[in-house]
Amino acid sequence: MTTSGVLAQEPFDASAPWRLSPQVALRDEAFGALAYHYGNRRLIFLKSKEVLEVVRQLEHYDSADAAIDAVVGEARRPAYRRALASLERSEVLVAR
Amino acid sequence: MPAEPTLRDRFKEGLDAPICLTWELTYACNLACIHCLSSSGRRDPRELDTAEAKRIIDEMVEMSVFYVNIGGGEPMVRTDFFELLEYATENNVGVKFSTNGTRITRANAEVLAAMGYLDIQISLDGADRVTNDAVRGEGSYDAALGAMEHLSAAGFGPFKISVVITRQNVTQLDEFQALADRFGAELRLTRLRPSGRGVDSWDLLHPTTAQQRDLYQWLMAHPMTLTGDSFFHLNALGDPIDGLNLCGAGRVVCLIDPIGDVYACPFVIHDQFLAGNVRNEGGFAQVWRHSPLFTELRQPQSAGACASCGSYDACQGGCMAAKFFTGLPLDGPDPECVYGHGETALASQKVVLGRRPSADHSKPGAISLATR
Repeated sequence: MTTSGVLAQEPFDASAPWRLSPQVALRDEAFGALAYHYGNRRLIFLKSKEVLEVVRQLEHYDSADAAIDAVVGEARRPAYRRALASLERSEVLVAR
Repeated sequence: MPAEPTLRDRFKEGLDAPICLTWELTYACNLACIHCLSSSGRRDPRELDTAEAKRIIDEMVEMSVFYVNIGGGEPMVRTDFFELLEYATENNVGVKFSTNGTRITRANAEVLAAMGYLDIQISLDGADRVTNDAVRGEGSYDAALGAMEHLSAAGFGPFKISVVITRQNVTQLDEFQALADRFGAELRLTRLRPSGRGVDSWDLLHPTTAQQRDLYQWLMAHPMTLTGDSFFHLNALGDPIDGLNLCGAGRVVCLIDPIGDVYACPFVIHDQFLAGNVRNEGGFAQVWRHSPLFTELRQPQSAGACASCGSYDACQGGCMAAKFFTGLPLDGPDPECVYGHGETALASQKVVLGRRPSADHSKPGAISLATR
């Protein structure tokens, strides 16, 4: 096991409650959505409608997994956890 | 089974609203840079007034345009500049504006430092006075540096230093970086286009093939450098430079000019790329979503003469504006194609001579290139 300083990162906790950052605006697009973070001025792409819907539902569930299960089903958890982890690193998602 | 379309493929089909919307507030300018892409100088009497400008911002809010790139001309010479800035940022339309810095006094810097959702780009085209002023005019280097001092003193935070890369300044990249570091600023390098007065200064200013290779290597070694996605024609040299890497004209990019005309991108102010006007029924949204020109630009484009080149997927045939204003066909190589295919095409008989911007707002009697 390595714990190299700069690369070590808290893994995304899918059992915790999350929400869309209040600093982020979403815009629906044919491919999914664009997210813009007014704080760090970054534009992020949500690459499917399903990811967008999971993000929108996060605040209504006690955990990220519960939101994933409700929108796309438990079988697809791994892929959606990865997508949410990426959005968390981009500060699109925040813990609540 | 067809492959899943990539994000780049989807972008080529266009978006509900632009990602990179440039809005030039005025053709008036107190400088007369020899490469000005909008041939600015004199204010156009048909310029949008304050109420019309605010209606455009209202449309941006409705369309969820997250931020707008404001330029000119020199946008700060508009008397309602701060009013429009406040109106946009208060409505959550972030503003990034480009300025020559002449109007960023100590007092103005403090006003700007107090505003949110605001980025500032100070234009500088030489790391020293001689190199810069040869392009931007006497006194422009000192004005830009003065603006940087004022923003820094006012605690604005990390502004951007925006450099158009030329044959004369491409050797100064480390000096530009050092200047940015001195102010805690970000360095932004963009590509020179033969647009506006650049039609006349292109041959003098555009980097050589060898310089382009050096530039590419420098950008790969300095990945934090902002480029406005403008150097994708260099991607044929190796790994792609960070960015969307496509011509976004009419797809994710467009220009609203000071009189409300909407062009496919900021570098093609020409009737052939005019999609409509925001003053017409339906406003900007109508032009963006339904104009015949933008609809056409969102169709699959032919690689033309580039189709047989193995690098087309990397460089996408380069920049539409650079091809158009050098007289090259749009479905062929960029004039700065790293393999020299553009130079070969330019030397052929197929070049369309004399393509010029549709509007020229240069001041009469402005110092011409020949006398500088």
